[in-house]
Amino acid sequence: MSTTSEVHADVEIDARGSFCPGPLMELIRGIKTLPVGGVIAVRSSDPGSAKDIPAWLQKAGHELIGAYPEADCTRFVARKLR
Amino acid sequence: MSQTAERMSLVVFSGTVDKLMAASILATGAAAMGLEVELFLTTWGMMAFRKGDYKTNTRVSKDFEEYGPVMMEAMQAKKAPSWMDNLLGAKEVGDVKIYACSMTMELFGLHLSDLEPIVDDVTGVAAFVERAKEGRITLFI
Repeated sequence: MSTTSEVHADVEIDARGSFCPGPLMELIRGIKTLPVGGVIAVRSSDPGSAKDIPAWLQKAGHELIGAYPEADCTRFVARKLR
Repeated sequence: MSQTAERMSLVVFSGTVDKLMAASILATGAAAMGLEVELFLTTWGMMAFRKGDYKTNTRVSKDFEEYGPVMMEAMQAKKAPSWMDNLLGAKEVGDVKIYACSMTMELFGLHLSDLEPIVDDVTGVAAFVERAKEGRITLFI
């Protein structure tokens, strides 16, 4: 796990203001467009994402690189593994 | 149909926006987590799926009636997706089937063509129960 929020992502999704489970849904849509090995970041202001996004990534078989708190949201960074 | 039946079955009885919203969000979460999802629309729940009805439906549960306008305003101000949008999203990411109750259809003289295209088919209660009994989660909303 890196400690910086400057982890590079191939795709950045801004889901701030989106309602549960909106940020997760945007991550699922986004990850479909990535090649295997691609890195995606989603910013969410929904507190439910803290549990929902890691749970989905584990279930779907992708890697959570990190969850980085920012001023008004958390930036979740994940690598597509399959 | 999977042997393990990782399935969530919802009986959608209520036609009020607050409960339809809850049903749609549960369906979305379950679909995202890879469960099969089945909605059985009956009575007022089915009436809410008549073509175009969702666009003008602002009903809320009687017991929280006074919060209705506040809820609808907050949803609009914060651009929360409608329950119909949620269900369309759920279908996009997962295996979600929506069935209308044949008895209610007959009672109100409706046909599949009278319902929103998101409704997959008309089914009887026995067929619904037969599938629900193999599932992990069944909820009445």
